[in-house]
Amino acid sequence: MADITTTAQANRARSASENPVKRFFRATEIDTRLLGMIGAMLIIWIGFNILSGGLFLTPRNLWNLSVQTASVAVMATGMVLVIVTRNIDLSVGSILGFVGMSMGVLQAELLPQLLGFNHPAIWVVTLLAGILLGAAIGALHGSIIAFLNVPSFIVTLGGLLVWRGATWFVTSGRTVAPMDSTFRLMGGGTEGSIGATASWVVGILACIAIVATIINSRKQRQRFGFPQRPMWAEYFLTAVGCALVLGAIAVVNSYPWPVAIARKYADANGIAWPDGGLFIPHGIAIPVLIAIVVGIVMTFISTRLRFGRYVFAIGGNQEAAELAGIKTRWVTVKIFALMGILCAIAAAISTARLNAATNAQGELDELYTIAAAVIGGTSLGGGMGTIAGAMLGALVMQSLQSGMVLVGIDTPFQRIVVGMVLVVAVWLDTVYRARAK
Amino acid sequence: MTDTRTPLVEMKNVSISFGGIHAVDNASIDLYPGEVVALLGHNGAGKSTLIKILSGAYKRDGGEILINGEPAEINNPRDAKKYGIETIYQTLAVADNVDAAANLYLGRELRTPWGTLDDVAMEAKTREVMGRLNPNFQRFKEPVKALSGGQRQSVAIARAILFNARILIMDEPTAALGPQETAQVGELIKQLKKEGIGIFLISHDIHDVFDLADRVSVMKNGQVVGHARTEDVTKDEVLGMIILGKVPPKAIPGPGAMQTA
Repeated sequence: MADITTTAQANRARSASENPVKRFFRATEIDTRLLGMIGAMLIIWIGFNILSGGLFLTPRNLWNLSVQTASVAVMATGMVLVIVTRNIDLSVGSILGFVGMSMGVLQAELLPQLLGFNHPAIWVVTLLAGILLGAAIGALHGSIIAFLNVPSFIVTLGGLLVWRGATWFVTSGRTVAPMDSTFRLMGGGTEGSIGATASWVVGILACIAIVATIINSRKQRQRFGFPQRPMWAEYFLTAVGCALVLGAIAVVNSYPWPVAIARKYADANGIAWPDGGLFIPHGIAIPVLIAIVVGIVMTFISTRLRFGRYVFAIGGNQEAAELAGIKTRWVTVKIFALMGILCAIAAAISTARLNAATNAQGELDELYTIAAAVIGGTSLGGGMGTIAGAMLGALVMQSLQSGMVLVGIDTPFQRIVVGMVLVVAVWLDTVYRARAK
Repeated sequence: MTDTRTPLVEMKNVSISFGGIHAVDNASIDLYPGEVVALLGHNGAGKSTLIKILSGAYKRDGGEILINGEPAEINNPRDAKKYGIETIYQTLAVADNVDAAANLYLGRELRTPWGTLDDVAMEAKTREVMGRLNPNFQRFKEPVKALSGGQRQSVAIARAILFNARILIMDEPTAALGPQETAQVGELIKQLKKEGIGIFLISHDIHDVFDLADRVSVMKNGQVVGHARTEDVTKDEVLGMIILGKVPPKAIPGPGAMQTA
């Protein structure tokens, strides 16, 4: 008992010596860096909203923003693992192009002959084939890097050219369209959204998951008698998490279908057209849902599985990892294969959204993907980075681009601004890390 | 020394060369349970290379390794660990960016029935082991990068103990440490000895290890100069072995001994 009192006193003494802000962050264990990024993003959002005369922070624009971010966000999650191990992948845009083109040909030209036009299995077969192809290309890159000791920069620079050329070769440069109607749902749009009710269900499930995670982590800490967060911090985190989720759902649910499509839908289903127009909300777009699931799975892989632990250990000290008996070469192969799979998923989103596979698909995406990961706090020195940060980085990049389009900035200036923001963001991060030491 | 017991480790006539340079040439050393053998020599004498062959970091060109009298096939660090050989490197081989628990269990993580990492159980066990080794250690949640040299060394030692090493190799274990921490490591070595663990101490500084070791083996230019029990020789005589290769009367000369007429 005496022991407990002294520790409690010591804790109180330590807390008292800190200012309230520090105490707040210690209690909630919030990553201040991530918070800084969210702050920067809000500034960008509000800034563009003012400059565009209120066009930016509308359900319609935010919904579009989420759809536009999905493809790069999916690839950025894999790029984190690549960069954490001090590698780089310059070929993701070209892999996206090649896998996208292969999936396009498969679903638009080969499978309809075999299975019949609009067969319900076409999209699954296509997607699985694409994922296998992506994994194979990634594993090939990874094997050359790990077993033949060619630097990843060179291997994937070669891949950038090879797979872009291969994309061109598949159809001799011809664009393939249209995509299978079910496959197209992965690209979003009015059809490719899950609607209001399903969105609320997803939101409520997410809230239940948040509460369950917090309770579980508290129980685990209790089991071994580790220090715990104060109760108010637990409630605070739960409330903020649920409010954010439900707020996002409310936003996507207040973006209605365009009038023409709603009218067609009403006619087709025999619904009388009301005077005020028919309000059918979009809800969460399927590509966004895919990206969120990918983000959760990748976070799970990188923090809860042995593979993820090895990735970070290799990034911290490759020699130590090898001496600890980790098969570092195989881990490298697996990382690149995983990157290939994510490229295939991104390719599905991107071809479905465009409703076509072109030979320029995914050009420059490698740079946006790397930029998203780096803006999201992945250190090029290796060993550091989070999946959530990279996805947020992708959202920041996309916000800048869409914002500039809304405000009416010319294309050349858009690139100039994005380039400068990348450099400034990394510089700010360097300053932050130096001070945090 | 007439010992009828089987040695824990016996390295016989081991050689390795890198691009024509004989880093280790026909070297033989042995180690008995509960014994501390100091492997001494100048920088570049071949002691670290020899021991890296035992720990699986290098593959030998010739010679054999016996563990408990049985020939052992050690081709990589995983093989060495199978024989209960744990190594603590002078370069502080820890992954800087993950916490103490992750380092302790690196390569052998505890997992839940679902195959995910059981971080809480690993942290609990880490707290227990570190509490025994270094009761002042409190920074379990921070990456190892944030720790002092001594704290990082205790993480490395805890890692070896955790996996019930029978043979412990310590390469310059105290080189990065302050005097207090060095004393702590000394205490720890005595404790491990009592548990019957055989320990190789590698150092180029004789003062570090003379008081801890039961025997010394001295290397020079990749060859073994000789072996001696520490009670039979003085520090000066051992220094003579290290610097000149001169073998005192009570020591057993090896192939690298200075040829006297």
